[in-house]
Amino acid sequence: MSGKPRLTYVNGRGRMESIRWLLSAAGVEFEEIFLETREQLLKLCQDGSLLFHQLPLVEIDGMKLVQCRAILSYIAGKYNLYGKDLKERALIDMYVEGISDLMQLILVFPFSPPAAKEENLATIAEKATERYFPVFEKVLKQHGQDFLVGNRFSWADVQLMEAILAVEEKVPSVLSGFPQLQAFKTKMSNMPTIKKFLQPGSPRKPPPDEHYVATVKKIFKLN
Amino acid sequence: MSGKPVLHYANTRGRMESVRWLLAAAGVEFEEKFLEKKEDLQKLKSDGSLLFQQVPMVEIDGMKMVQTRAILNYIAGKYNLYGKDLKERALIDMYVEGLADLYELIMMNVVQPADKKEEHLANALDKAANRYFPVFEKVLKDHGHDFLVGNKLSRADVHLLETILAVEESKPDALAKFPLLQSFKARMSNMPNIKKFLQPGSPKKPPLQEKEIPNLLAIFS
Repeated sequence: MSGKPRLTYVNGRGRMESIRWLLSAAGVEFEEIFLETREQLLKLCQDGSLLFHQLPLVEIDGMKLVQCRAILSYIAGKYNLYGKDLKERALIDMYVEGISDLMQLILVFPFSPPAAKEENLATIAEKATERYFPVFEKVLKQHGQDFLVGNRFSWADVQLMEAILAVEEKVPSVLSGFPQLQAFKTKMSNMPTIKKFLQPGSPRKPPPDEHYVATVKKIFKLN
Repeated sequence: MSGKPVLHYANTRGRMESVRWLLAAAGVEFEEKFLEKKEDLQKLKSDGSLLFQQVPMVEIDGMKMVQTRAILNYIAGKYNLYGKDLKERALIDMYVEGLADLYELIMMNVVQPADKKEEHLANALDKAANRYFPVFEKVLKDHGHDFLVGNKLSRADVHLLETILAVEESKPDALAKFPLLQSFKARMSNMPNIKKFLQPGSPKKPPLQEKEIPNLLAIFS
């Protein structure tokens, strides 16, 4: 046993990518197991590793954690990325949950039928530029600090950075009306752990492609 | 200002019901402001009360909190319903997230198109019987305690009771094969705060009726 956390998922972003981001931002090395067949998933279900028969699975500190939010909350708490008190946690939770709603649109996008893709892309752009990014632009402008909450690096900053890059992959000019977010993105990119994660060879996964979509559909028996 | 939390939502369960349950279980009295027409939601949006232009919104401790999970996390933390350390929290979070997935399936049934309702409900009940309830039956069996985590009441217990009752509304004998969940349900229902919440006249809301849907759509679309 290496003692490092071990992540089990498909070889792609999906619901594991936010976990890869957070562990990496915290400077934590981890191992990954990639499932390629449905049989491998069924085996995990049968041997009792998956509490609700679902992935992601993260083995950490003697626990087999499932459910993204449970995993992310644990990592954030353990590595002091969750604010200094209940009220800072409340802010972080609100920000993370809002961003998570935006990320959900990106998560499901590759699985939408071709006819719906154009509309879904427009929705992503609209929600990003009208509902979510303005909130964080305003937060950063109002307190003038580098980080979203408590003048200190937190889970919220990591999640926002992930979302900005994910939306930019689809809508390259999305930050054009958001100078604070542009500066935020630059600062985040230069933080040593994040800089390392953004370099080739890191655990960061590429955007979903057809092979990824086909693998997910096969393993999880989706239509 | 009464000092009590104020809940802003429609007069329905929706995404606010878990918040009502948790506050009630913690013995916290609260006020509710019900959105009745589109203008009510519009007003909250235009006066800057809704961080992401959405409800639920709960005014509590000087904050206007949005996002159901953020609200529930805060209440659980404040009222010591979130375990004693990070590992207990992790367990509670796993259980709560699983239950939220099941609750969402049940909740979404009433808004399914007529030709899909039966299949959707069958799937939800199948998941309850084969994926979710067995987990909690086993947890209770393995440690033999009254509560799911750390031998102490937590939000996981409250959400489990809430979910059990919601499933039973669709299938009254849903717990037939789960004796420990049956005794859990009985014990929890008799805890004073929860007993009070389960009585008529409490803030607990009834299941959504189809006839209410047009009005809700008018508010939220």
